[in-house]
Formats: sequence, C-alpha cells, structure tokens
Amino acid sequence: MPSLIDLRRRIRAVKNTQQITKAMKMVAASKLRRAQERVLSARPYAVQMQRVLASVASRVDPSIHPLLAVREPRSNARTLVVTITGDKGLCGSFNTNVIKAAGAYIVEHPMPCTLGLVGRKGRDFFARRGFAVLFEQIGIFQKLRYDDARAIAQTAVEAFLSGEADRVMVVYNEFRSVMTQRVVVYQLLPVARADVDATGTGPRPISPGSDPTAQIDYLYEPSAQEIFNQLLPRYIEVQVYRALLESNAAFFAAQMTAMDTATKNSAEMIGTLTLYMNKVRQAAITREIIEVVSGAEAL
Amino acid sequence: MTLPQHLQLHIVSADRSLVNETVDEVEVPGAEGYFGVLPGHTALLAVLQVGELWYRQGQEKHYVSVAFGFAEVQPDRVTILAQIAEKADEIDPARAGAAKKRAEERLAKSTVDMDAERARIALLKSLIRLQVATRARIRS
Repeated sequence: MPSLIDLRRRIRAVKNTQQITKAMKMVAASKLRRAQERVLSARPYAVQMQRVLASVASRVDPSIHPLLAVREPRSNARTLVVTITGDKGLCGSFNTNVIKAAGAYIVEHPMPCTLGLVGRKGRDFFARRGFAVLFEQIGIFQKLRYDDARAIAQTAVEAFLSGEADRVMVVYNEFRSVMTQRVVVYQLLPVARADVDATGTGPRPISPGSDPTAQIDYLYEPSAQEIFNQLLPRYIEVQVYRALLESNAAFFAAQMTAMDTATKNSAEMIGTLTLYMNKVRQAAITREIIEVVSGAEAL
Repeated sequence: MTLPQHLQLHIVSADRSLVNETVDEVEVPGAEGYFGVLPGHTALLAVLQVGELWYRQGQEKHYVSVAFGFAEVQPDRVTILAQIAEKADEIDPARAGAAKKRAEERLAKSTVDMDAERARIALLKSLIRLQVATRARIRS
C-alpha cells in the first residue's frame, strides 16, 4: 500500500498536468477561432474558382496549356505527394492520420513517389525513414501568409513542368467542424477535369453539335492562351493556400479536443486518487485507534 | 431554347464572398474594356482590369470596385473572381484619398521602372475607389 505522502504527491502532479492541458486548450480555442474565420472566408473563392476551372477545362483542348495535360504513363513517371502536417504535437491523431494516408497512397500506387513536406511532424517522420524529399517547409503555420502558399505552388508547378513529377497530390486534414477533421487526398496537377470524367464521355468526339451545351466554347478576352497563363498558376496557388488554411484550422480544432479530453481524464484521475487516498488515511486512523484501545486494555 | 430572364451574380474576392444575388444586368471592367452582360449572354471568360463594376436589380444600380482577377459569364450566371473587391458603401474615401496622394508623390519622384509601375497601379486603384465611393454618396 502506497503511503499517504506518495499519494498526495501524485495528486499534486496530476493537478499540475491538468492546469497545463487546460491552458493549452484555451490557447488552442482562441487560435482556432481566428483560423476558422480565415478558412471560412477563403472557401468561397477557392470553391468558385474550382467550379469555373472545371467547367472551362472540360471545354478546351488540354494541349492548350501544359498544366492541363494528362501525361501518358511512363516507366519512370513519378508522383509528388505534398503532405501537410502540423508543426507541433499534442493534437490527438491529427498528424498520424495524414502521415498514414500519405503512406497508404505511396504504398498503393506503383509509381515511385517524391515527397513535399509541410510541417515539422511530417518532415520528422518521413525524413527519418529515408524517403526521397523534394522540398520541405517548416514553421510556416505560426504566421500563415499567401506567399507561403505561392512558394509551395511554384515548387510543385516547376516539378511538374520539368517532368520531375507527372502528378502532384496533396494530402491534408480538412476542417469539417470543431469536432471532426477529415483527411483529404487531392490531385493538384494535372488539373482535374471533373465534369468530363463524371459524365464518362472520355475523349470527346471532335464533331461539333453532338452535345450543344458541352460543345459551346467560351469567348476569351484577351486570348485563351493568355487567360490560362494567368488563371492556372493562380488556381494552383489558391488551392494550396486553402489546403494550408484548412490544415491550420483543423490542427487547432484537433488540439483543442485532445486537450479537452486530457483535462477531463486528469479530473477523473484526481477523483480516483483522492478516493484512494482517503481510504488509506481512514485505514491508518482505524489502525491507530485499534492500537490505542488494545494498548489501554493491556494496562 | 428559351433565354433566361435573370443572371445569378456571384462576386468573390480572395478573402470573402461579396455578392450572391439575382440581377438583371452587369457591367464588368474587362482587360480590353468594359463590357455589359444581359441574361442569355454567350459563355465568356475574361481577365479583369482595375475598374468599376456595376449591377442592376430592377431600377436600382449597385457599384463595386474590383481589381485583377477573372470573370466567367454563362447565359444565366456571372462569376467574378477578384483579387480585391469592395462595395461602394464599404470604401473609406479618406483612406483612398490618402493612397491617391501617396501614389502621386511616388510617381512624381520615382525613376526606377518597377516602382513606377506599382505606383501607377496603386494610383489607379485609389482613383477607382474614390469614384465608386462617390456613387455611394450620390445614391444615399
């Protein structure tokens, strides 16, 4: 049976831990509020842009711009997997989920993969295991700016254009609500032509008039070439920026939930320990009384 | 094919959704000049210039200043993806005025080309803002 003093010490230790987790929860909550605002206000732009681009991309010949082109499978084709994790831990399964999803993607796909790592936790994991790493970005979540997203987008685009990567995937945590995050694996390049694939038309017949609504091409002002030159890089940047914001908000949400659970658990632990300590104390008192009584009887 | 009667106008800037309404007519500052859009317009994709955009609901006209981005037009829908967009009543004329003055000063003394280009754009933006802000005052 542990002594009273040991129990008191343990209770004090747990209480200290509880105070820390409580404070971390508060900090995460206030950071979450700001991150949430940012991601919610950035969403409409990203979503609309995606819609416009999908609709435009389905009507033009992919050869008009290199970023639209789906390449023929080659023997030495590579995929760049951009993995977005947090810089810090103490956030439940947030980082593990992303790392697992990225790992599963790498294992499942026959193409060799190169990695782009955003966030310290993912970097530590993959770098230690000797994966091929194209770039890493660490510590950008403390003050997330659009320029960070631009830098990552540019690296990805360059890798794609130079033929170093034939496909670019992004793996990140999407912020669904404060309680839930969802891991998203998303194809950044070549730009997915969503509605063409969805209708299953495959390679479109070139003959005009077979499907009037899908065949009407846009008028372009100035020229299609010039618009795509501006629109596509911007689109990539916006998608990366959104992924970063989502991941950032999801990180604080996960941390807040994890710290909340930790605080609750330590409260429970304090309760059990206090109960146990009282029992021990009572037993000690009873023993002492018995000793006194039997001592008195012996006289 | 029946023509749509209205346009669904959606203006989003990089950091928020500004307008999402049913309108009758829109005029957009395109890179090669202003163009008007009525319901049933053919599909068009245009680059935006720094300028003043307006849309009409019945008799009421609303003004928005936009700068850079893209406009997508479909027969029943207009989507504006602007880098910067502000409604007329949100613009602070004093701030825009100060920005105009700053840009003019920089333009007057700068010699390096790059700087001049940036100042020129800043000047343009502040001028448009001021113009749009005036519209808000006239109406109210």
